[in-house]
Amino acid sequence: MRRKHQISKIIMILTLCVGIVAFLPEETSEGFSEQVIQKGATGDDVVELQSRLQYIGFYNGRIDGVYGWETYWAVRNFQEEFGLREVDGLVGDHTKDMLIRATEYDEQWIREQLNQGRDFTHYGEQGRQAPDDSGTQPPSGEGAPSQPPAEEGAPEQAPQPGQDEQADPGEQQPEGQEGTFDGDVPEVPEQEEAPEGEQGEAVNVPGGFSQNDIQLMAQAVYAEGRGEPYNGQVAIAGVILNRIEDPEFPDTISGIIFEPLAFEAVDDGQIYMEPNEQAREAVMDAINGWDPSGGATYYFNPDTATSDWIWSRPQIKRIGKHIFMN
Amino acid sequence: MGAVRWIIYVVLLVGMIGALVWGYQEQQEKNAVLIKAENNYQRAFHDLSYRVDTLNEKIDTVLAMNAPDNVSPQMTDIWKITSEAKADVSQLPLTLVPFNKTEQFLNNIGEFAYRVSIRGLDDDPLSDDELNTLSQLQDQSNEIRRDLRTIQHEVLSEGVRWMDVEVMLATNEPREDSIINGLQTVERNAESYDTFDDSVGLSSAERGDKEIEIDGEEQTEEDIREIIRDYFELDQQAELVVTETGEGSVIPMYNASFDTEDLHGYAEITRQGGHVLSYLLSRDLDEANVSLHDGMNEAQQLLEDLDFDDVKMVESIQYDKVGVYEFVHEQDDILYYPDSIQVKVALDEGDIIGLTAKDYVFNEQTRTDREFEATLSEEEATEHVNQSLEVREQRLAVIENDLGEEVLTYEILGTIDSTTYRVFINADDGFEERVERLKQSEEVYS
Repeated sequence: MRRKHQISKIIMILTLCVGIVAFLPEETSEGFSEQVIQKGATGDDVVELQSRLQYIGFYNGRIDGVYGWETYWAVRNFQEEFGLREVDGLVGDHTKDMLIRATEYDEQWIREQLNQGRDFTHYGEQGRQAPDDSGTQPPSGEGAPSQPPAEEGAPEQAPQPGQDEQADPGEQQPEGQEGTFDGDVPEVPEQEEAPEGEQGEAVNVPGGFSQNDIQLMAQAVYAEGRGEPYNGQVAIAGVILNRIEDPEFPDTISGIIFEPLAFEAVDDGQIYMEPNEQAREAVMDAINGWDPSGGATYYFNPDTATSDWIWSRPQIKRIGKHIFMN
Repeated sequence: MGAVRWIIYVVLLVGMIGALVWGYQEQQEKNAVLIKAENNYQRAFHDLSYRVDTLNEKIDTVLAMNAPDNVSPQMTDIWKITSEAKADVSQLPLTLVPFNKTEQFLNNIGEFAYRVSIRGLDDDPLSDDELNTLSQLQDQSNEIRRDLRTIQHEVLSEGVRWMDVEVMLATNEPREDSIINGLQTVERNAESYDTFDDSVGLSSAERGDKEIEIDGEEQTEEDIREIIRDYFELDQQAELVVTETGEGSVIPMYNASFDTEDLHGYAEITRQGGHVLSYLLSRDLDEANVSLHDGMNEAQQLLEDLDFDDVKMVESIQYDKVGVYEFVHEQDDILYYPDSIQVKVALDEGDIIGLTAKDYVFNEQTRTDREFEATLSEEEATEHVNQSLEVREQRLAVIENDLGEEVLTYEILGTIDSTTYRVFINADDGFEERVERLKQSEEVYS
């Protein structure tokens, strides 16, 4: 009983918060934290950057919060067209100022779309597009800004006509939410920054690997190397990667992990355990180039090793319980 | 009294029948699973024998061929069959049997066939050396084929089960088994051919005979402890373990690992000179509040302090709470991609938590050919690129190509529609060495 009470209290508070935030005056100009945004960055600033670039037609990709190549070219085009001194893809104060002057950004609306995992666009001219408002395609053609290229210290851009009618954040808020206090948790859009892992957002992945590959490797590392020191875990992931490079082994992560008798923890099913965060980190470190195994393609536990053959190979080093070798 | 006894009897009887039925069903299920596993092994093995047989036949055919027009497709076929055969091998429980010479053989054939089939045989027909190699590969494949067929025959006629082999291998029982014995014969025969592959450059190009030389004095374990304590500012309480690498290591090194209250660290230090080539510190990270850009500055500062002053950052990526930066060696406006350094920065406090410069040191040291000069101009290089690619950036870079050689190329970044590509054009002859589609983010599946 008491818990239920607490939950509904929390819900009430959250809902109130949503209500209050919805009635706050729209803030569009004071965006961006102080950081210089560079390629490879993730987070709220990147969402804002992409949204603003899209607003004036420089960026036609998904607004996903990852500063990738498409964003990079968009930034460079912007820097060039707007006559900024440095065309380098680094979003510093000058570029930010220029962007803020030239565009508008409705953080709340964007957040909502992201949290709901929608496909959406944020163009200035045609207004915003979420899947339910059927309508025109986004303008195609890159580098077709509606404004003439401006010199440093460009005049203030008037807001584009048309976008004000649409999607006033106040109206976007579903009405009558206060009434839903029965055990069902109402959809409360998070007002805090959405953590990575929200729908609609994306993450950086190392070239050639998918999040699922990383997960599979993490499972293998966790199953094989639980209780090993951290560098021992990175080394296990390193061995898997070294095997991919080695022509005598299969060419895929799954092929290597599921090779019969290759890994004990695969044969006895421990691989299906959920890996912890450390195992994932170890895999990422290995993929990013760390290899404490010293280029090994085999390792074994000398206490339980059953094959004589495995002792005959040149050993590189011992980490924790495992001996790594070629 | 009697009634109670009878009830007990009935209950026990029902219980026993139930147990029997249950046990029978379990047994059936277990058998079904075992048979499925066995079938997979059988399929892989019979496929393997068949493919090695086909391979043998194909090589024979090529040796008898005259027209280059026919050789290329045959070679492509051989290449395909070898990769299928390799896939079969990887599905068999052979990891604990010495079978790598045979795998190497398959690999050699595949490599040879690949190299031959990608070049224009009209202008550049098979040389005598290559024909010689091919006929050696032919002999070898013949032997492997025969051995595998023999094992196959035994498997079929004696009903040998791979599942038994697997159990035997996993438990290290004495190995008196026709399959294992047969495989050992295959391996022994393959070994006798081990020598030839160096002569025609089949083994993956091991660059230069040049030894890796590292400046500095030989260090003892005590020196290393000192260096580590200094480098990572450890106090005397910190637990520090130092071990030496074995003979399998590329160069002699020490491994150090240490634990402090909130930190676990590991580092690799060269015995010569005591250079810290690689380290990783792991600790609990808080939310990121240092930007990727500031992290980069930290990384650059570190490399400067370590006297790596001829490097350029080529990639920066933020993974949630850490930033990872890749630097490569830059000299005379040429980037050397094989000489890479990775730096990992914790974005909660902006401190360096990882560095690895092994690639940089090893590759830089062993480079024998240092005279790279471009004969093509930038404009000429762009002419060799796909016309629909909009060229955005261009610079000179040394990369390792498909054949494991280092070549000077123009690295060209460009886009087709919204996709970004990286193309490497050989700066000498305009050959398109490599084309990559660049991708960085992946949507979160949930």
